[in-house]
Amino acid sequence: MENRFKGNIKKENSSNSIIDNLLIGGIRIISFSVIIIFILILGKIFYEGIGVINWNFLTGIPKSDISKGGIGPAIFGTMAVSIIMLILAVPVGIFSAIYISEFAKDTFWLRLIRASVNSLAGVPSIVIGLFGFGFFVLFIGKSIDNILQTGMLFGQPAIIWASATLAVLVLPTIIVTTTEALNSIPLTFRQASLGLGASKWQTIRYIILPQARPGILTGVILALSRSIGETAPIMFLGCAFFLPNLPLAYLDLSFVQIPIINPADQFMHLAYHIFILATQSSNPTLTAPFQYGTTLVLVLITLLLNLTAIIFRFRFRKIIEVVNRNQ
Amino acid sequence: MKEVKIKIKNLSVYFNYIQALNDVSLEIFENKVTCLIGPSGCGKTSLLRSLNRMNDMIYGFRMKGEVLIDDIDIYDKDIDVVNLRRLVGMVFQQSNLFPKSIYDNLIFAPKILGVKDKSELEEIAEKVCTQTSIWDEVKDRLNESALNLSAGQQQRLCIARALTVNPDILLMDEPSSSLDPVSTSKIEDLLFDLKRNYTILIVTHNMQQAARVSDYTAYLYLGQLVEYDKTTKIFTNPANKQTEDFLTGRFG
Ligand SMILES: Nc1ncnc2c1ncn2[C@@H]1O[C@H](COP(=O)(O)OP(=O)(O)OP(=O)(O)O)[C@@H](O)[C@H]1O
Ligand SMILES: [Mg+2]
Repeated sequence: MENRFKGNIKKENSSNSIIDNLLIGGIRIISFSVIIIFILILGKIFYEGIGVINWNFLTGIPKSDISKGGIGPAIFGTMAVSIIMLILAVPVGIFSAIYISEFAKDTFWLRLIRASVNSLAGVPSIVIGLFGFGFFVLFIGKSIDNILQTGMLFGQPAIIWASATLAVLVLPTIIVTTTEALNSIPLTFRQASLGLGASKWQTIRYIILPQARPGILTGVILALSRSIGETAPIMFLGCAFFLPNLPLAYLDLSFVQIPIINPADQFMHLAYHIFILATQSSNPTLTAPFQYGTTLVLVLITLLLNLTAIIFRFRFRKIIEVVNRNQ
Repeated sequence: MKEVKIKIKNLSVYFNYIQALNDVSLEIFENKVTCLIGPSGCGKTSLLRSLNRMNDMIYGFRMKGEVLIDDIDIYDKDIDVVNLRRLVGMVFQQSNLFPKSIYDNLIFAPKILGVKDKSELEEIAEKVCTQTSIWDEVKDRLNESALNLSAGQQQRLCIARALTVNPDILLMDEPSSSLDPVSTSKIEDLLFDLKRNYTILIVTHNMQQAARVSDYTAYLYLGQLVEYDKTTKIFTNPANKQTEDFLTGRFG
């Protein structure tokens, strides 16, 4: 009998492997170039920026000449805006996602909600910024002022409106990632829980949300890191060029004064500060190191957040794998 | 004395365009073990799941007919499905333990029912595990993930978990499909114990098991009830030729 293996299964006689190798090689080069671009950008920023970074730079107050002093208020402002943004966006995003994945039947309305979320994700951030100014400051803020007779307290750009606008910007990210996390929890757990006499809400609260938590956190962190890098949406919303005082108010408890973020104040912001350093400087050679330093701080914060997100995603995938192995 | 616990009247079940059950009428007796047998896809699971309304959540589900438990129509508009499921417990065809610890799986339902006392929860956990003869295997690893257990242990833990709510009726969908002979016979002993307090419906592909454990047997084929009678009658002298063919393996 003829031996069909002989001369057939060796690599050198096969055209499969040549084409495969070429293609795989090409793909490998392309993917490596991404890494190289990433390293180049990061390396340049690191190299130019590391020199100015010290305790004074990180915590100090900017001097009127922007080539001196620190970026403390910009770091603080970024954090303040982000925290309030999360307080606004996370509950809305998570509850919307719960509604979409657990309650809405596959109807016209669900499709409409999905389409809106997806379209919202594609709106350019500058448009969101203009919307935020028009809707939150001019409409909501002014209306509150009119009703409460507070003059010009709410109807002007401020942290709260910047946060609200950023919340609108990141809402699609949070909704989509949370919906996916919820949908990836197998039907069998819902059945097990309902079959044991748990109500729908108890099933969501005690079975589905705990399992989806790492996935949801990943989405929240990605949303946060995206919002931190945005300049366009906050430009009209109280982001200040130069503001040495921190946007704080004091909660007076007579024996002690507790500082809290003042949501009606204006603020400095890292991304916007970079923009100012790059465009408003009278002496670019002097301000360049500060620009790189500020950029480095921003990039490191974003990287740190993304790294956290990756760790959460890894944990989430492990949970899902264990679950699937047992199906 | 023989009381009817569940009355199924002209039940038809559809999933979109597939008809899973066709005009099934059946009376299930209290404190008896009733066995559902029939070839794969004949509607055993569908029938079981219409008794605790687990089909409700399947997309495209429709039904005709009535299901009465203790003479109450469970598909009535003012039935609280959550309370119904507490009284009609279910062990699913595939084990579906939560990716939590063994102990958390066991106390999930009691906690939801409002049991807060720690010693009471521990008592429930130990009791149901002893009933399902899995206590010795899990007592030292209660805080380990339930998914680390072997398939057979998982299945017995699922049964134990179903008992934690102390239901009236117990639906078991192939509860011993991945069990060794020893655990299978332990489960069968358990059924004898349980039927004093519960009404049990069990699906099995194992004919010897059906003959051993059940008082009544229903043979389903293509969504229809072919024959339903005392198990001794069905296995010794079936009225229907189809049933006989199925039982003797001359089926298909
Ligand atoms: N979720 C579902 N969606 C659509 N059709 C379904 C669904 N579940 C069951 N069916 C259909 O209903 C019919 C009966 O299925 P069922 O699961 O009740 O069979 P079974 O007797 O339990 O089979 P097995 O012994 O393999 O478990 C089958 O034709 C099946 O394809
Ligand atoms: Mg089945």
